[in-house]
Amino acid sequence: MSPVNYVYLAALLFTIGAAGVLIRRNAIVVFMCIELMLNAANLTLIAFSRIHGNLDGQIMAFFVMVVAAAEVVVGLAIIVMMYRSRHSASVDDASLMKL
Amino acid sequence: MESLIGLLVGFPLLGAAVLLCGGKRVDRTGHWLGVLLAGASFVVGAVLFLDMLGKNADERALHQHLFSWVPVESFQADVAFQLDQLSMTFVLLITGVGTLIHIYSVGYMEHDERRRRFFGYLNLFLAAMLLLVLADNYLLLYVGWEGVGLASYLLIGFWQHKPSAAVAAKKAFIVNRVGDAGLAIAIFLMFTTFGSFAFAPVLSNATEAGEGKLTAIGLMLLLAACGKSAQVPLQSWLGDAMEGPTPVSALIHAATMVTAGVYLITRSGAIFNAAPDAQTVVVVVGAVTLLYGAIVGCAKDDIKKALAGSTMSQIGYMVLAAGLGPIGYAFAIMHLVTHGFFKAGLFLGAGSVMHGMNDEVDMRRYGGLRKYMPVTFVTFGLGYLAIIGFPGLSGFFSKDQIIEAAFAKGGTQGWILGAVTLLGAAITAYYMTRVMLLTFFGEERWRQKTPSADAPSAEPAAEVHGEHGGPHPHESPRSMTIPMIVLAFGSVFAGGLFKVGDSFVHWLEPVTQFEHGHPPVSAAVVTGATVVTMLVGVGAAWLQYGRRPVPVVAPRGSLLTRAARRDLLQDDINHAVLVKPGEYLTRGLVYVDSKVVDGLVNGTAASFGGLSGRTRRLQNGFVRSYAVSMFGGAAVLVAATLLMRAV
Amino acid sequence: MLSSASTAYAAHIDGAALAATSSGTSAGEAAAFWVLGTIAVIGALGTVLLRKAVHSALCLAGTMVLLALFYLANGAYFLGIVQIVVYTGAVMMLFLFVLMLVGVSTADSLKETLKGQRWLAVACGLGLGLLLISGIGQASVVSFSGLEAANSGGNVQALASQLFTKYVVAFEVVGALLTVAAVGATLLTHRERIEKSKSQREQAEERVRKGTQLPPLPAPGVYARHNAVDRPGLLPDGTPSDMTVSATLRDRGQMREVGPEALHRVAALEQRTADQHGQADHGRMYGEPHDPDRDTDDADDAGQGREARQARDEAREEEAAK
Repeated sequence: MSPVNYVYLAALLFTIGAAGVLIRRNAIVVFMCIELMLNAANLTLIAFSRIHGNLDGQIMAFFVMVVAAAEVVVGLAIIVMMYRSRHSASVDDASLMKL
Repeated sequence: MESLIGLLVGFPLLGAAVLLCGGKRVDRTGHWLGVLLAGASFVVGAVLFLDMLGKNADERALHQHLFSWVPVESFQADVAFQLDQLSMTFVLLITGVGTLIHIYSVGYMEHDERRRRFFGYLNLFLAAMLLLVLADNYLLLYVGWEGVGLASYLLIGFWQHKPSAAVAAKKAFIVNRVGDAGLAIAIFLMFTTFGSFAFAPVLSNATEAGEGKLTAIGLMLLLAACGKSAQVPLQSWLGDAMEGPTPVSALIHAATMVTAGVYLITRSGAIFNAAPDAQTVVVVVGAVTLLYGAIVGCAKDDIKKALAGSTMSQIGYMVLAAGLGPIGYAFAIMHLVTHGFFKAGLFLGAGSVMHGMNDEVDMRRYGGLRKYMPVTFVTFGLGYLAIIGFPGLSGFFSKDQIIEAAFAKGGTQGWILGAVTLLGAAITAYYMTRVMLLTFFGEERWRQKTPSADAPSAEPAAEVHGEHGGPHPHESPRSMTIPMIVLAFGSVFAGGLFKVGDSFVHWLEPVTQFEHGHPPVSAAVVTGATVVTMLVGVGAAWLQYGRRPVPVVAPRGSLLTRAARRDLLQDDINHAVLVKPGEYLTRGLVYVDSKVVDGLVNGTAASFGGLSGRTRRLQNGFVRSYAVSMFGGAAVLVAATLLMRAV
Repeated sequence: MLSSASTAYAAHIDGAALAATSSGTSAGEAAAFWVLGTIAVIGALGTVLLRKAVHSALCLAGTMVLLALFYLANGAYFLGIVQIVVYTGAVMMLFLFVLMLVGVSTADSLKETLKGQRWLAVACGLGLGLLLISGIGQASVVSFSGLEAANSGGNVQALASQLFTKYVVAFEVVGALLTVAAVGATLLTHRERIEKSKSQREQAEERVRKGTQLPPLPAPGVYARHNAVDRPGLLPDGTPSDMTVSATLRDRGQMREVGPEALHRVAALEQRTADQHGQADHGRMYGEPHDPDRDTDDADDAGQGREARQARDEAREEEAAK
């Protein structure tokens, strides 16, 4: 088996996550789907790292994790704020940019 | 002496300025100021006339250069006056008759609260007309020409509270504009042809230009003359212009306005002499108008409108004479002057009758007035005898000369024109006799009560006669009768005076040239025929209106009568030929504008609007929709990358 | 220690691969990949498709654990452990905390309200997936180097030496980012009190002034079948009172209704008590007219909140359809 299979798997997971972002309305679930996409990207990086035989890919994945953690913290804070003001976690409710 | 010429125009202009700008301060004395300044202008004219008489015929023309108006390289427009024998004749007629009408108006307009303004307009009218006849170039003449148009507009619509007067004023102005356009084009053509529009260079070089150009200029000048002088086809305004106060009608018909066209043709004689085609058109126009006006005059029951038809007809005589060339110019002017006297007298007489008849204008409600207004009767009667050409009175001499000249045209043309002028004379005699009989003779129809007939009150009651509003005919005040008497003298003696030793012809000869016309039959025969036709006309009128009682309500009449009552359908023809196609054109243009032009513009705008409206739907505010776009974009990017690698 | 543990695990799944330098992995790794990969995909699908956010979160956590195993299999021992500790342990727990805060029981309607959104999403997803896979397919990786050389001094040591030399600036920046994120989150969720908090006395005075409920609010669950906080208690005349339920639950629409059957039972109980006390006609204090339709609905039906939300969703669907 070639490690490229990991990349295929990552592509699949990424696509599923993307579809989830598009389909789900609950902001938290959307957020989780984004995490799924990030993880899929991480898997790609790690597989590449192995294929190329150096650790740069792993370090990239590490940074992605850190940034994802920061993003989760801020994102969830925003969701909590949103819920406080609108009593709803639906992304469709926050459609004030509509003309 | 030259420096006095400016005063001729200056006095009435000053009067107009003072009266129109002075406001209520000059309300009480304003009319006398107007009379005074008009009279002053006449006095200056008389002084200049006496001075002119003392000179040789060739040295009589005076010039006064006031200032350069538009000094541009080859375009030199000067404000300069030229006073020659032709202008002098007009000056004396305008200021003389004008002053008399001013005096008459003092009495006539006594109770009109806007009298000051009326005199201001009258003075303006005189000033414009004097400018017209004194100008030494066509451009300045055009200024006076437009001034006359403006003043006539203001005066015809003087009683602007009446819709009919306002409409009549507008009609006169617009119809005149058509003629004005002709004059403007004629001036343009002159400038391109001769490089100048001053009388001297244009008229002395007239023969050098091509005949085609001269014909064009001549026809344009004729168009202008038609507008001002109410000749066919621009005659329609004259009848309606009777909506103005009667002195205005007198002024328009006798001294100013309508004579301008004749003046223009006579002044431009050199051009017409060199363009026989244009001359033929002039003659035709004159002949047609002559009969047209006469026929209309026969049918009208409104005394002023009957006189208006008569004016049209008489001006037709003058235009016809002017179209005959050097054999006719002098007679045209001569008839113009005599006509100025008797027509002013007739109009003032008509005004006097109306004044005494509670502003009734329908002749069928007059009758037997000679007992009640003897002065008016006598002066009107003298004017009447003059206009029908009763031997010995001024109309006889001037009209007879024109008829002779018409015959002298020669060939078939001469016979036709002679016949037309003779026929015109007969009809003139007929309708004037009709006016006379209806007004001053017969039973006193104004005593009859006819509640059914609507009284077309042309002028608001200047005086209320009697308690029940029924007319109590009475003689007019002295300020009105004196001008009538003076004019009656003119009507009686002017023609004879001019005829004695052909003084008038000799007087005008240096300006208009003169050739003695030779009618195919002897002059005596023509004169005899004129007298006979005149008597036939009088007799016919007497048979119809003198012997038989006249119905107060007009009978239905023949087809021709009914058409003539409607001014021979002039308005209907204008409406059908000009107004309707204009309306259709306008509607078509509006349609094209609204559907095609606006449609194109609005369609473009609407299509962009619609497109934007649809594009706007994309901005639905839902995060997930935006996310779809993002992912779609990402997919496209990936696809593009792969495609680039594959290629 | 961490390193040795992960090494042992990795050796267990692809012991041969570690030895071999290139061209393929061990059969054991392949088997593990196919089995765990399938489960990971199922987990991912579950994350996307399950209606309840909690279930989604659990599925995601499972997927993440499986991904951690893949990391380990690929020689990323440090990241594999970090994945479990940080992602599955910390981040997903944070998600669950927020879910609890927002309302754990609410389930999403999977009905699509945006017109065409679902089709577009599916088309985009499929298109992107196909493109990615075809793109990967184009990259022919016949052999791969493996990480033996890089990991020879230990994965953690190797990462650390890279992080603190080559990527030190990025590392510091990311550290700053984390700090900023923490401060930002605190700031976002913090609500500053801008007025003095009212004392009990002031609150009481205010209540008297306003003329609202003066005595304490009735307790929930009194005389109800369920002694639960989301169930309104009955007032002495037998009608359920919303006031007995916490305002938060009322706002969320999580308050449950008292079914008519329960009311009847209470009425019957009262009747029996009255009979025992020998009072003839106690009067139908709880006497609502008998309604068989409503009797079928037990009190255990779902709360009002879901109905309200469904109604709102339907309204939005109609709007979108327009």
